[in-house]
Amino acid sequence: MEKNIITINENLLAFEPGETILSIAQRNKIDIPTLCHLKNTIPTNTCKICLVEIKGKPELVESCKTEACIGMVVFSESPKVVKARKKNIGRMLASGNHNCAIRDFDTDDWTSFQLKVLEDDGKEDLCPVWGDCELQDLAYRYQVKTKGMPLGECQYEKEQANPFIIRDFSRCILCGRCVKACCEIQVNNAIQFGYKDKDLKIIAKDDVTLKDSDCVFCGECLQVCPVGALIPDKAFRDDRFKDTHTVRTTCSFCGVGCQMDLFIQDNQIVKIDGADIDLPPNNASLCVKGRFGFDFVHSKERLTRPLIKKDGKQVEASWDEALELVAQKFTAIKEESRPDALGVLTSARITNEDNYLAQKFTRAVLKTNNIDHCARL
Amino acid sequence: MTNTIADVETSDVILVTGSNTTENHPVLSSFIKRATLKGKKLYLIDPRRVTLADHADKWLRPLPGTDIAWINGLMHVIIKENLHDKNFIETRTENFNALKKTVEKYSPDYVETITGIKKEDLIEVARQFANAPAASILYCMGITQHICGTDNVKSLANLSMLGGHLGKPGGGVNPLRGQNNVQGACDMGGLPNVFTAYQPVNNNDIRSNLEQFWKVKDLSPTPGLVATEMFNKAHDGDLKAMFIIGENPMISDPDLNHAKKALSNLDFLVVQDIFETETTQMADVVLPSFCFAEKNGTFTNSERRVQRVRKAVEAPGEARRDWEIICGIATRMGYEMNYENSHEIFKEITEITPSYKGITWERIDKIGIHWPCPSETHQGTPILHTTQFTRGKGLFHAIEHTPPAEQTDEKYPYILTTGRVLYHYHTGTMTMKTEGLNQLSPECFVEISDKDLEKLGLDDNTMVNVFSRRGKITAKLKVSTKAVEGTVFIPFHFAKAAANKLTNGQLDPTAKIPEFKVCAINIEPASA
Repeated sequence: MEKNIITINENLLAFEPGETILSIAQRNKIDIPTLCHLKNTIPTNTCKICLVEIKGKPELVESCKTEACIGMVVFSESPKVVKARKKNIGRMLASGNHNCAIRDFDTDDWTSFQLKVLEDDGKEDLCPVWGDCELQDLAYRYQVKTKGMPLGECQYEKEQANPFIIRDFSRCILCGRCVKACCEIQVNNAIQFGYKDKDLKIIAKDDVTLKDSDCVFCGECLQVCPVGALIPDKAFRDDRFKDTHTVRTTCSFCGVGCQMDLFIQDNQIVKIDGADIDLPPNNASLCVKGRFGFDFVHSKERLTRPLIKKDGKQVEASWDEALELVAQKFTAIKEESRPDALGVLTSARITNEDNYLAQKFTRAVLKTNNIDHCARL
Repeated sequence: MTNTIADVETSDVILVTGSNTTENHPVLSSFIKRATLKGKKLYLIDPRRVTLADHADKWLRPLPGTDIAWINGLMHVIIKENLHDKNFIETRTENFNALKKTVEKYSPDYVETITGIKKEDLIEVARQFANAPAASILYCMGITQHICGTDNVKSLANLSMLGGHLGKPGGGVNPLRGQNNVQGACDMGGLPNVFTAYQPVNNNDIRSNLEQFWKVKDLSPTPGLVATEMFNKAHDGDLKAMFIIGENPMISDPDLNHAKKALSNLDFLVVQDIFETETTQMADVVLPSFCFAEKNGTFTNSERRVQRVRKAVEAPGEARRDWEIICGIATRMGYEMNYENSHEIFKEITEITPSYKGITWERIDKIGIHWPCPSETHQGTPILHTTQFTRGKGLFHAIEHTPPAEQTDEKYPYILTTGRVLYHYHTGTMTMKTEGLNQLSPECFVEISDKDLEKLGLDDNTMVNVFSRRGKITAKLKVSTKAVEGTVFIPFHFAKAAANKLTNGQLDPTAKIPEFKVCAINIEPASA
């Protein structure tokens, strides 16, 4: 019996019946570019970037929707594929306000390209996702030049009517990833394709602002947008050339325990994204609180010094003074009354390590089992 | 949760009750909603028509506080129609006959008179639940925050066992944890009756082991007070001092006027937090601590997965790590507590916590592990009770319906139920620092049905006074399709109109959880 094996760029690869060429490639770390495909959703098949050549077939096929067959031989970077891909990338660059200077470069040296952009920056409204744009990456990778071609006009106004997400239709490539994220991943069904042909637009409800729609600001759309059409209302735009690093951690709101990446600049969280799509429990999804509710970390209202009540008023004190007072009072009550006159509420908000020590302290030092937390509230 | 979050998406029938999942566990709700896209059945049984109803095959509406009745009703139908899983009941459970006898009288007609759920709907859900290859039950505080909360949970466990839906993928009884580390706080022994991993404090062997391990004598064998009891004892003067870490009971406790008196009555109150709160304001000493983004450590999520928390930024001012502060107090009280870092503490935890024994920070660096994980070669336990229950056989509890502690009457004709909204978290200490969240959810409201609005003769957005036997608040009416005639909902986040001034502090006798989800109130225009 023949085995389920196909060849992609001379690699022999096993596949599951029904699996698409793109999925097999992604599993095997073969990079077939795509701007519209979103893992775990039904392909929208709009970008035509993932085209590949199949031996013996005259037409190129879209790898996101073409299922593998036994013995299929696929080329993902053949001259024919590259030519078609370049044409489609060019078409997209020309379709909107993609003024990221990629249009004008005539060097294949990334550093000189960056320097040129730095020079240009500030002269015009440079795209806010410059340097973090999948279309830009592909244009550079395939050396697509659109010099002299006018910027595409957009009939739809930029929307900034909500506190979190800016919608810039002039940079939208209509790939539909946001719609997939909204309707098939988060299933909030807040946005969809609206109007037809040249009027095509991603609309919320019957084309109202996100704020007036069913949008719950989970920001999944923001995270999957390959270009600068959906951007967070703050962060990055002013500081895109600053040193940024990410730290993976666990969200501190509800009990789902979403894995998230904090983007840090100068000791400040500037953005939060969901972690990898294959990583449980959240598979890269977050909610509005997890993604946008981090201002508290850097709030000026944070407590920064111990306080002790003196004459009915809380005044700042040193750690030594505060801890000494607490230790004295607890000791006095433990000895003069009894250990069970003391009670500790530990917290469902702090770490396991913190909680463990809180109960150890209560039991081993205060000598009471009066310890609980807000699980019931 | 007996099962994992990802598992929910593979269930054939999902029964959600007492959970406003899309607002309180939004990411988990996506797993439920995606299951429905694949044609899986979803039934929502909840007093409010919350957003999940839009995705459900059917929404069943019980009167608040009548959960045991409808669960018994489902079991009545399942047994009567001979749809129960005889093999599972025979091999894995005991006391089935007692259950059978008790649910005998909970006919669909009888259940309809108690709960208001139409008998046809009850029968449909019973059949679908019993016939499903795998059916999952998800619940939250709408089930537990009642004077019969423990019995409600036991009833759901009965139902799951009856259908043979425990111990397999896509099944299970799955409580959704409301706070990031409730599971971990419980696992770590942040409870008055158990040490880590639920080892009872009144077990002599366990205590004497710990005395050796911690190098102390005379650990108390007597289970301590739960939070709600601490407040009562403080109120009566038996409790003299409290140390409250990262909590704001002055918003989250029931019957806040009572709670305030209790805290005022203490000789000494220490509060450790990241912000000034209604609770720190009452403290004799306030200790500033780190928030999650400044710490290294672990949280344990709702599905028992132990996951890493990593330091991303420096903490402000002189704030200290929670564990460091505790060490400072302990050492000053003559018990040396000294750790290099939180990793060292975790290693100590694994030495005396059987369910965490095989977990190391190295192992969970990329992906968390579900406890129990008894050894370093063990892969963790995504699904509990696959071959037997903790006690061996699963015990059916025969339980009768208990009405809520407080009933409506002429003076207080409406039922109040409380909860959270999407844009805020608990007492708002953190979320209310984000301007955008405040814009999207600026203030308290009284969610009411259009019928009740009409009955009151008031317009939407009218400021009203809401009274219960315990207190009064003022907030805006907000008409909503989520509300059903006779029941209103108020979120408890907002200090200015704290819903918990109204709620009833009556406790479940076992879990000592207050009945937040049902109390009787009245509504009057604020100008009157």
